[in-house]
Amino acid sequence: MIKKIFLVGNPNVGKSVVFSRLTGVQVISSNYAGTTVEIMRGFLRSGGREIEVIDLPGTYSLEPGSKAEEAVISLLNESDRGTTAVINIVDSTNLERNLYLTLQLLEESLPVMVCLNMCDEAKHHGVSIEVAKLEELLGVPVVPTCAVTGLGIKALIDKLENVKACGRVKSGHQERWQAIGLIVEQVQRLSHRHHNLREILEDASVRPFSGSLIAAGTIFVAFQVVRFIGEILIGRIADPFFVNFYQPLLDRLSSFLGQGSFLHHLLIGDFIGGQIDFEQSLGLLTTAPYIEFAMVLPYIISFYLVLGILEDVGILPRLAMLFDNILHHIGLHGFAIIPVLLGLGCNVPGILATRNLESRRERFIAATLISIGVPCVALQAMIFGLLGRFSGFYVSGVYLVLLVIWVVLGVILNHTVKGYSPELLVEIPPYRLPSFSTLWKKLFLRIKGFLFEAAPLVLLGVLIINLLLYFKLFDLVTGIFSPLITGVFGLPKEAAVALVMGLFRKDVAAGMLIPLSLNVKQLFIAAVLLAVSFPCVATFFVFLKELGLKDLLKAFLIMFIVALVTGASLNLLIH
Amino acid sequence: MKKASLIQMKARQKGVVFEINAGAGLKNKLMSMGVYIGREITKVSHIGLSGPVAIKVGRSVLVLGHGVANKVAVEIHD
Repeated sequence: MIKKIFLVGNPNVGKSVVFSRLTGVQVISSNYAGTTVEIMRGFLRSGGREIEVIDLPGTYSLEPGSKAEEAVISLLNESDRGTTAVINIVDSTNLERNLYLTLQLLEESLPVMVCLNMCDEAKHHGVSIEVAKLEELLGVPVVPTCAVTGLGIKALIDKLENVKACGRVKSGHQERWQAIGLIVEQVQRLSHRHHNLREILEDASVRPFSGSLIAAGTIFVAFQVVRFIGEILIGRIADPFFVNFYQPLLDRLSSFLGQGSFLHHLLIGDFIGGQIDFEQSLGLLTTAPYIEFAMVLPYIISFYLVLGILEDVGILPRLAMLFDNILHHIGLHGFAIIPVLLGLGCNVPGILATRNLESRRERFIAATLISIGVPCVALQAMIFGLLGRFSGFYVSGVYLVLLVIWVVLGVILNHTVKGYSPELLVEIPPYRLPSFSTLWKKLFLRIKGFLFEAAPLVLLGVLIINLLLYFKLFDLVTGIFSPLITGVFGLPKEAAVALVMGLFRKDVAAGMLIPLSLNVKQLFIAAVLLAVSFPCVATFFVFLKELGLKDLLKAFLIMFIVALVTGASLNLLIH
Repeated sequence: MKKASLIQMKARQKGVVFEINAGAGLKNKLMSMGVYIGREITKVSHIGLSGPVAIKVGRSVLVLGHGVANKVAVEIHD
């Protein structure tokens, strides 16, 4: 009886999609190698029993090379062979390369079943595979599937009981490839096709000139679309909802509670100009939901929608290639562009994605640069909120300062951090048309993650500030920091609370800066200081978990120095 | 027949891998990705002077950092 199934396969063959289909557990899947950085577990319910399904990170071979490969090998070795099965997921469009791992699995005498995934795409490419013949040559069951649509998944489950080990004789690289050549010759037929538009674009995207043009165009359009959708969601949906529907309810509650009472202060907050001001009242029912749902959530939705499309089309690994040269100067290689892009949404998945970088040195540099120099959506929404009412010059200014910090800090880290940085070695996937259901599921998962993780923190942040205000404890905090805040940064001492709260959660901080009626220069400096400090308390935790206390303290010290130097120089330079 | 590294090879040229001058780890990784001795590959492009190289191996496109590409030697068909 099988109790445990491992999903093993090359990177980017659709393991996570098969996992979702088998277990019903929704996981994020994209069109690039290394989307899955954590080992996912779920349960398949079949014939009245539960089988544990484990989705492993993609690997090209069973020889230890990268972290992901070592994780796969150790899990396979620990498992009890009598009750374990391996589903080897194979990309049908690229049978030859995928069979290398298959043969290794067979040589290990593991009970294996081969899942020929993406069979619809193979058909489009003019690839046809004789399943029965392949089954005969490999000596294990082979099932063609198309996990995105769910085709073949039932057959996969039905055949599970037939899984067996075939015990192939161990061989070396060269013999293995020869054997694969013979198998592929017998089972695969290619019908010749002319270059279509997709292939021409794929080719152009990895050439220096055309590739850079395509990348620059894509990034520009992506940012415009994120802004456009975000503004529409705020202007047409969120703002009207808060003003026309929510505010009358709060007005009634306010007169019921009576201004000046503790509950009124806690829930509604202070009146600004005789009425509720969603940005400045700082109540649990006013500012807290407004920040999350009307200022940040719309941009979360638009950012992740656009990112999801870029991921599924297969743009990201192409950017990795184009940015490789530049990133070498800061001790990273091209693949680091992917954690950075994810960090523009939220630093937490960005730091998690640094697991795809092989060396510890790279991971430290990438995670530090992400937490200091890459603004997340919530932070960017705040920058727009604080500076958007002045000219666009100031908003772009913050991004420019961040870019300069990024480059300077990167170069310094590259020359000081010990260890080695390996080179880029990555597969470029074909362009794919994103499937609507995958996009939608991914967006839903990410929005849910944001709501469950960020919203409670914002509520807590607003509560703390609210209580500090009520019990007039502000002076305590401002007193400690005032020499630094006023002397070095040229900000009023009240800004100290906002900056300290910013470490807890960025979106809370902006609501506290607005009432201080700062001038443009002060707002600009405050926005930059907020931008360079760690984005939120969750980032601290994930940094600690991924890189340990020592590295976290180092990164925190670096952040403090960067903030100090940048704030002081801006204060001196700007008039 | 002319021998060259992936760096020296020109875009759109075809060749057969005949040597991989790398340590066991990198060599294994390249082998498992389909770059093995005797394999025919096509160079797709080269980004900048010291940038990565893209090659086509069978049905997949691989990108090798400059240093890695320098370690793979091919025999170029004319």
